[in-house]
This record gives sequence, structure tokens and C-alpha cells, in this order.
Amino acid sequence: MAARPHAPRRASPTNEPLWVRWALILAGLVFMALFLVLPLLAVFSEALRQGIGAYVQSLQSPDALSAIRLTLLVAAIAVPLNVVFGIAASWAIAKFEFKGKAFLITLIDLPFSVSPVISGLVYVLLFGTGSVLGPWLKSYGIEILFAVPGIVLATIFVTFPFVARELIPLMQDQGTGDEEAALSLGASGWQTFWRVTLPNIKWGLLYGVLLCNARAMGEFGAVAVVSGKIRGQTTTMPLQVEMFYNEYQGTAAFALASLLALLALVTLVLKSALEWRFGDELAATGRGH
Amino acid sequence: MKGFGRFRQPSVIPGFGLTLGFTITYFSLIILVPITALVLRSTGLGWNGFWAAALDPRVLASLRTSFLTALIAAGINVVFGTLIAWVLVRYRFPGRRIFDAMVDLPFALPTAVAGIALTAIYAPNGFVGQWVAPLGLRIAYTPIGITIAMIFIGLPFVVRTIQPILEEASKEVEEASATLGASRLQTISRVLLPSLTPAILTGFALAFARAVGEYGSVIFIAGNIPFVSEIAPLLIVIRLEEFNYAGAAVIATVMLAISFLMLFVINLIQAWSRRRYGYGS
Repeated sequence: MAARPHAPRRASPTNEPLWVRWALILAGLVFMALFLVLPLLAVFSEALRQGIGAYVQSLQSPDALSAIRLTLLVAAIAVPLNVVFGIAASWAIAKFEFKGKAFLITLIDLPFSVSPVISGLVYVLLFGTGSVLGPWLKSYGIEILFAVPGIVLATIFVTFPFVARELIPLMQDQGTGDEEAALSLGASGWQTFWRVTLPNIKWGLLYGVLLCNARAMGEFGAVAVVSGKIRGQTTTMPLQVEMFYNEYQGTAAFALASLLALLALVTLVLKSALEWRFGDELAATGRGH
Repeated sequence: MKGFGRFRQPSVIPGFGLTLGFTITYFSLIILVPITALVLRSTGLGWNGFWAAALDPRVLASLRTSFLTALIAAGINVVFGTLIAWVLVRYRFPGRRIFDAMVDLPFALPTAVAGIALTAIYAPNGFVGQWVAPLGLRIAYTPIGITIAMIFIGLPFVVRTIQPILEEASKEVEEASATLGASRLQTISRVLLPSLTPAILTGFALAFARAVGEYGSVIFIAGNIPFVSEIAPLLIVIRLEEFNYAGAAVIATVMLAISFLMLFVINLIQAWSRRRYGYGS
């Protein structure tokens, strides 16, 4: 983003009058304060309503701790899998010309246009009672639904496009010149990837991982459908927030929610830092999601 | 033309089979097979059964609530999202970078957290709710509450689609317009706004699509009263809890069909804008 000089104070034909400018700025900021800042503040103020002691105590309850552990576990499985997929997909799409490429790119974005509830529902129908797969797997002692594997699958579904959609445009912009040079100098395919391609895309990859992780840890709808909400076993942090909330344990709900809000803030800070510092090496700069 | 008629053009770079094979296998296992299972299950009811489930009054009411509130929210987001994008790109003021970063908050904040926070604010005893309650206005547990949650989650889609286009718009065009005697308002409405239209439409469609499917941030504030404030994704969950899997699959299939239509429309807008304005967001 190129720094633009400060707008001149005197009237100019391509600038709005000063009062219009400030009125627009004020309107925009009030809207953002009301819809974005206020909810964030509400999380922390509700969490600390009964004092810092109650806050810390509620975070140490067994339910809260097991939810934190499960959320970390799910993200630790789902994010790396989607990273491998994202790199593979962007390699195939950006480095080669083949038929149906545009269609494949559209398909990868598909999970973004599916309701989270449906993302969970598809696995209930695939593995639930009345399906073919569920009872068959169960006969081997493998539980998918209302267990950790189902939660992981639903999380992978909703976070599927994040890494790929950041890397594809980035690698398309970078072309194949560097790789061809490395190969012609005698590097193997894997050497080319590790020593040439990966360093080229590392900031974009980190950016994608950041967004993927935020969604993986925060996903609610898809996970709610497949988890069965078994206390202490299949409740991730967002599900435990809901559980506390519905049981009128306000402090506990908002305390756990405040951890997720902190995660969101850290994600935003790191994301902005990446955009600010390595903007040239990202595809998503200035673009949403 | 080299490679014509072949599936892929020749290249010295290795790994095509491996990476494309993995991509397609992984996509099929995670996305394609489960979605097919969904569609198959909903067709298992037969033609008449499908439509009986889809046209059930409660299902229709929930679809109407979802689509109507999403439409209003996306409309409000277009107005304020365009304004915010304009302010962030064109003006310099203290705290601009922080507000710019804050726009992405709804992408980063888990929806359940947003849901309980918005409910705490707009409930009759909440920070905002207590001021509107004496006026006889209820926000939480009504469709207004649903709309507010949808505004929250849709805002970044509009801002982030318009922002890059505004940044790239050259000032020369506006200068030319001013030189030719147009007033500032004329320049904005006749020169600037038309070139932003595809981005605004895309942002609207993205915000709308997201709002229709939204679950986590809505269910806490919605009140979830059947026929009044019950959204379609919640009705899917209710059908599942009743073990009416086919009923859930039917609602999901209807929603999926509409989302695909939306996706198609978004692609059309972008193809049109690439032809007309040379960009596609």
C-alpha cells in the first residue's frame, strides 16, 4: 500500500470539503465501533465481571481445560493436513497448464459457500445410523461420529480452502522460472521444492496457516453437529462456551470466550504485521479472508 | 499450438501426477463424497417426499427468515462497507491502521464468541438493549437481532472486496472529470461508482451467502422461535436432533442449491467485470 500524502486542506476538485470528510470518517468509525469493537469489549468485560479471581478459577475447571486440550489437538491435526493439501494443490495448479484448472480452483473454494451446519451434516449422513460406512467402521471399533475423528473431519472441511487460496495466486504470480533454473542446474524435484519454492512462498504459507488455524480453533456450527457434545470428551472450546452459556454460567462462558477472542486478536496482529512487513510476498494483501 | 488436444501441456517441472493426484483424492474424500452422501440421502425420500419436506410450512418460514434477514444485513453492509472502504483508502486519520486491521475481526473471532457477545450487548438488560427497551424496541431474540449478527459477520466481505479496487482507481480519471466541469458529487456518482459496481455486487453476494448459512453468531441472539426467528441452519440441527436425517438433508440440499446458484452469480459478475473494467476481485 503506497503511502499517500496528506490530503490538502484547501478545497480541491478531487477532494471532498473538510466537513464532509470528517462526517464520513465519523460515520464509518461509529459503525465499526458499534459492530466490531463493542462486541470485543463485551467479551472481556463480561468475563471479568466477577473479578479476576473468578475469571482465573473458571478457566481452571476440568471442563474448560479439557475443551482447551481438545481444541489444540483438533487444530494440530487439521491444520497440517490442509497445509499439505494447500501446497500440493497450488503446485499442481500454479506450475502446470491443464484442462479443467479453472473449475478445480472454483471447487476448492466450495466449502466457503456451504453453511457450517451443512459441513457437519454431510459427515453425520456419511457415518451416522442408517449409513453404510458408520456401522461397518463401528464393527471394527472405530467411532467417527460423536468422537474426535468426526470433529477433525468437520474442521478440515471448513478450513479446507484457506492455505490453497492464499498459495495459488501467489505461486501463479511467481511463475516457473526459478524452478526451471534449479532443475536445469541439476537439482532434484524435492530439492527444488525445499530450497527454491518453499523459501519463495514461506510468508504466504504462514499467512494461510494463520487464517486456517484461527478458523480451525474457532469453528462452531460444523463441529456442533458432529460432536454430540459429550462433556469433557467431545466439547471443543466454542462448544464448551455454548454449554456454559446455556447453563447460565456467564463468567465461565465469557472467560473461555475471552481466550478465543485473544486468539483472534493475536491472529489479527500477526496478519497485519505480515501484510505490513512482507506485503510484496503475499497474494492476499488488501484482500479479504 | 503445442499440447493441443492433450490433458496437460508439457513441462520440465516434476510432480504433476503426485500433486494433482493428491489434490483430487483429498478433495474427493473430504468434500465430494460427503456432499454426494447428502444429496443421495435427500433424494432417498422420492420426488414427492422431497417436496413435501422442502415445502413444509416451518421449513419455508425458516428459509424466509434466513433469506430476508441476510438480504437486509447484506444491504446495510453494502452501504456502510463501501463507506468504510472509502474512508480507509481515501482519508488519513489517527488510528486508521488499527481500524483497517479491525475490519477482519469477524473473520478471526469465533462465531460462538461473537454470538454471546452480541447477545450480552443487545439483550434487554445489556449495554445497548437497556436503552432501547424503554422505547418498546426489542433487538435480541427477534429478527432484528439476527440481522445484527449477520451484519457483524458480513461486513469484512464488502470492505475487503471494494478496498483493493478503490486503491487501484487512478486519481487522473477523477481529475479529468473535474476538469470537464463535473461537480464532486457528479464525479463520484457517474465516474467512480460505476467502476466500483462489480466489486460492490460481489461484496453483496459474498456477505449475503455467508449470512444465509451463518449459525454460531446468530443462534444465541435469535431467540429461535419457530415461524418467527428460526433460521434454516438451526432447523437442520433440530431435524438432526429428532433423528429425522432425511428431513435435515432436504433442507440442506435446498440451501446448497441456492448457495451454488450464488457462487455461479458471483462468478458471472466477476467475468463481466473483467470484460468491462479489466479486473476481477
